[in-house]
Amino acid sequence: MKILVGLGTCGIAAGAEKTYQALENVREAGTATFELEKTGCIGMCYREPLVEIRSDDGSRVQYGNVSADKVERLLSEHVAQGKTIEDWLVWADDGRGTERAYFSHQTRIVLRNCGKINPESLEDYLAADGYKALRQVLQQNDPDALIAAIVDSGLRGRGGAGFLTGMKWRFTRLAEGDRKFIICNADEGDPGAFMDRSVLESDPHSVLEGMAIGAFAIGAHDGYIYVRAEYPKAIERLNIAIAQAEAAGFLGDDVCGTGFCFHVKLKEGAGAFVCGEETALMASIEGRRGMPRMRPPFPATKGLWECPTSINNVETFANVPWIVLNGAKSFAAIGTANSKGTKVFAMAGKIKRGGLVEVPMGISIHDIVFDVCGGIKQDKKFKTVQMGGPSGGFIPAELQDTVIDYESINKTGAIMGSGGLVVMDETTCMVDVTRFFLEFTQRESCGKCTFCRVGTKRMLEVLTRICNGEGREGDVDLLEHLAQLVKNTSLCGLGQTAPNPVLTAIKYFRSEFEAHIANKRCPAHQCKPLLTYTILDSCVGCLLCAKVCPTKAITGELKKVHVLDQSKCTHCGECHKACRVDAIAVY
Amino acid sequence: MTDTGEPHMSEHRKFDFKKQHFAGEEGRLIPLLQRAQETDGYITRERIAEIHAQCGIPLAQIYGVATFYAQFRLHPVGKNLIRVCHGTACHVSGANDITKAIEDTLGVCNGETTPDRLFTIETVSCLGCCSLAPVIMVNHTTHGNLTEKEVKKVLKQYQKAAIGEVQ
Repeated sequence: MKILVGLGTCGIAAGAEKTYQALENVREAGTATFELEKTGCIGMCYREPLVEIRSDDGSRVQYGNVSADKVERLLSEHVAQGKTIEDWLVWADDGRGTERAYFSHQTRIVLRNCGKINPESLEDYLAADGYKALRQVLQQNDPDALIAAIVDSGLRGRGGAGFLTGMKWRFTRLAEGDRKFIICNADEGDPGAFMDRSVLESDPHSVLEGMAIGAFAIGAHDGYIYVRAEYPKAIERLNIAIAQAEAAGFLGDDVCGTGFCFHVKLKEGAGAFVCGEETALMASIEGRRGMPRMRPPFPATKGLWECPTSINNVETFANVPWIVLNGAKSFAAIGTANSKGTKVFAMAGKIKRGGLVEVPMGISIHDIVFDVCGGIKQDKKFKTVQMGGPSGGFIPAELQDTVIDYESINKTGAIMGSGGLVVMDETTCMVDVTRFFLEFTQRESCGKCTFCRVGTKRMLEVLTRICNGEGREGDVDLLEHLAQLVKNTSLCGLGQTAPNPVLTAIKYFRSEFEAHIANKRCPAHQCKPLLTYTILDSCVGCLLCAKVCPTKAITGELKKVHVLDQSKCTHCGECHKACRVDAIAVY
Repeated sequence: MTDTGEPHMSEHRKFDFKKQHFAGEEGRLIPLLQRAQETDGYITRERIAEIHAQCGIPLAQIYGVATFYAQFRLHPVGKNLIRVCHGTACHVSGANDITKAIEDTLGVCNGETTPDRLFTIETVSCLGCCSLAPVIMVNHTTHGNLTEKEVKKVLKQYQKAAIGEVQ
């Protein structure tokens, strides 16, 4: 019997390391016999810590929320007596479990090994057909045929823009230059996105294999992985994987004994969102300030240190070995006419099952939110999803039948982006969230382009005053005007897309902006300066609210309805939080 | 950010930056600064001078890079670095209230260090644990699914641990 504990960042944050330690203590003490193994993230962040039990006959049972204190029962019931603990059961391969729907709608290509293998074990990866694709490609020794296959598969860059991966490789291959580079962009900076982190933590070898295949295709002998410094676990596991692959001859001077030479170096980012943009990323690898430059020349002709360079995303690379092994046709059979394969989404926000899902292209937003992820927390009203982070936009509930496909998403004004999908309910204020995104892009603007530097600042000021109840007539038009200017005059993706959240919010939720400006009201009750608190007759007179009020605006006697002096109220909301009988109304 | 005084290093150990394994490597400035910050907790003027003298990188470039990236700090930090996540998921789940609760408890604002040098509060864009929102990271430990009450409890743990060390 083998026990696997999911030790991704989410799992560790939920206490999985303590669970692992508790199991390890028992194993060492010898009171129970089982094998103990680490694994990555299976994607069900909402039920972490997750523990899987694999019996000797190969059957698998997964338990959720297994904190360290539950280890004793796990061992006494399941391990000792072979009894399934029904109330913790998440999923079992015989069809039992409450969370089956979460998996049954998914198609796992990128996440094929995540949560199944030990990410720190090369043997595990090899047993899952690891490095088979690389060997095959090197034996066939036909880079042009390989590139043709990737083009035929229809794989498009998963970093956001959706350029055909095979074409990018072809351009880089055809470019003149003695030295070429391949770069893995793992600078996942969109707030609300964590797909790449999870893949790197759970299956780092698949990314290395994809890179090695790409390097062979374009004729590169050096590769860089540019990874966010905020992802220490991913960095740790990548370093382990690189060392293992080098020792086993899957990287190095003589890859698989074929004479092909390929070295990979890890570069840690230093916390700049703009470095997700390819020319800025290369500037950062070169040791300079991460500022983008004009394109063309594109990196395929003049990239890192002026050499032809192909930059691809983590998820893109993780797809490559699967395509090589299963054929371009099987990949192209999944998805829609122009968007092939699957897409991994990081589901977060007001959703019941938050975590990682991998769904075939062509599935609707409604199906992801409700069928896969179980709908909205506390069954509140679904308002909108935000796709593509600060570069993306909002897709309102009315358009929830929109299918996941690069072109369909673009039509709504949002973008596919890297895969962050944040679900929002009726308690989310669109003006406030829009301000949040603008605050982000404003802070992260590198300052090179005037309109991105100054224009976003002006937009942020307008949004801030609207949230503070100081919005002026014409502010919405002003925002739209500035948005167009910033879009048209910025060099890189950051500036060109920064106004997207504002534009889509105005497009779909204009009335909310108007309520803030004209009526000085926040319909979602989020913008504090616009809220009015009143004490209802149901007040039991407990004095709690009067005690917490920082300005002594509430007065009253015990067991008598209290009074709130609006002229003293600073809208801090402490009274509302303190009231135990819901006798303070907010509107 | 408030300047909390002079560097509190007991002594300044000189580095041989040329001997670092990335010496001579193209684009080595960022790894050099990362190594310096790892050792000292922040980038000191002395280290910048050393990098300049040993590697011949112009001071203007070193300062330019050190101030461009959010990771690099030019001021010392407290014993415990609190990173409050303000990603999208954390924002809609009340990250602002969490920041306020931390500020109220410690009596300093975001970006500042407590007078006892025990805590520094920092805002970060996203820690990538969105499904556990709202999240904070204290040093290398992530704490998720927080409420204002919970976060005060977390801080208390670190305060207690510090008192334990003194006694």
